[in-house]
Amino acid sequence: MNQIIIPVVLVVVVGLIASIILAYASKVFYIQEDPRFVLMRAELPGANCGGCGYAGCDDYAHALVEDPDGVPITKCAVGGPACAEKLAEILGKSADGMEKQVAFVMCNGTTNNAKQLFDYEDIKTCKAAKQLYGGSKACPNGCLGLGDCEAACTFDAIHVIKGVAVVNRDKCTSCSACIKACPNSLIKLVPEKSKISVRCHNTQKGADARKGCTVACIGCGMCQRTCKFDAIHVENNLASIDPAKCKQCGMCVVKCPTGAIQDLLHSVEQLEKVKNTLAAMEAKEAEKKKQAALAAAAAKKEAEAKA
Amino acid sequence: MAKYVIIIISMVLVNNYPLAQFLGICPFLGVSKDKESATGMGIAVTFVMVLATAVTWPIQNLLLDRFGIGYLQTVVFILVIAALVQLIEMFMKKNMVGLYKSLGVFLPLITTNCAVLGVCISNIDSGYNYLQSLFNAFGAGIGFLFAMILMAGVRSKLVDQSRMPKSWQGVPIVLLTAAIMALSFMGFGGMFS
Repeated sequence: MNQIIIPVVLVVVVGLIASIILAYASKVFYIQEDPRFVLMRAELPGANCGGCGYAGCDDYAHALVEDPDGVPITKCAVGGPACAEKLAEILGKSADGMEKQVAFVMCNGTTNNAKQLFDYEDIKTCKAAKQLYGGSKACPNGCLGLGDCEAACTFDAIHVIKGVAVVNRDKCTSCSACIKACPNSLIKLVPEKSKISVRCHNTQKGADARKGCTVACIGCGMCQRTCKFDAIHVENNLASIDPAKCKQCGMCVVKCPTGAIQDLLHSVEQLEKVKNTLAAMEAKEAEKKKQAALAAAAAKKEAEAKA
Repeated sequence: MAKYVIIIISMVLVNNYPLAQFLGICPFLGVSKDKESATGMGIAVTFVMVLATAVTWPIQNLLLDRFGIGYLQTVVFILVIAALVQLIEMFMKKNMVGLYKSLGVFLPLITTNCAVLGVCISNIDSGYNYLQSLFNAFGAGIGFLFAMILMAGVRSKLVDQSRMPKSWQGVPIVLLTAAIMALSFMGFGGMFS
């Protein structure tokens, strides 16, 4: 009988002692957690995969509590949009009030547009291709088109089409995996509502850029002069649009001599209209200038006659 | 003194846990994708191994042996180690926030890891005294850390730079790598008798 009782009692006692110690320790080492942390931690999937860039779900929830404005709620790829919505609710943010961002590839150097310097036949990754004279395209900054971003994307949202990566904005979750994967740093995040962007990343001088690619930004500054809202600036021979200031009127799009500015908003007819309005405005301005010049000339004549 | 040095060297090289004794294979394959988390895991395992030894050795010698129930070793050890890891986690969360943040994710994962249990049992089986057991656990942990870092280094090269048939990619090549590493570690066998 003792052979049964002693082991049972001993194991139970050991378990009991352990549980008492743990129960006591949970009181002694109790930490006042932010109630929002507890709620959010419950919503997060608990996979501890680290896909958000933090060391596990606990760490991500902590980061959210500490800096709700700086840390995006959309980082959890496992929980997806449903999880983000719940997090937004807990933090008192509306999910739709948050600007959704999407990845944007700053290159339009398709096989038709960009010149190929040589045929690349080695390892089919952008990283490897870049090692060889910066890639096979004449443009040193262009999309290498071998799909490192495509491989990095877990949402099937970016694809190489005709030698250039293109983002499917509906599927993009702005996880930034493609941004990290691109060896040419061609991809950036833009607000989803921003439909007009410079689709080029070439910082060469105009003539060189033009030689390599027919749709390159040549840094002529036409867009900067045309923009009425101070939203587009040329720096380093490359125009860039500030999405905060851009009113998406499309005037820079019709003025760009190489077509380097991409417009997802206006149809061809609408762009035609914009072009006409712009032409009319310019004609009016020219007329005004002419009138002013005439008036000035007349006044000069009068003054001369008087003298 | 020489005895302790021999224990540590033999645990790191000759009786390396994942590569020679095939214990702790799960984290060895699972968490060795990048060097940073591999190092974190290795340090956490070392930490828990030493602490688990510090607790289980007295339990074996003062409790189980005295009452003649050595056959309950596994059950009792698992119970004690699980409770211990929980306790450490709570303690670290309160008092050592930095360490908790770097080990945090790995600690619960290794609660019932076979390498931790293995080191506790092998201490008893080898008849080590208390201090020797602690050194043995420490050496085993360092050996595990060493193997993890080696594996993570090899894997980062495998993923980035090598072209291999599609059917080899992922788990198969990792298993093959582990096998070749284990073979090379057999070279250390017989260093001590």
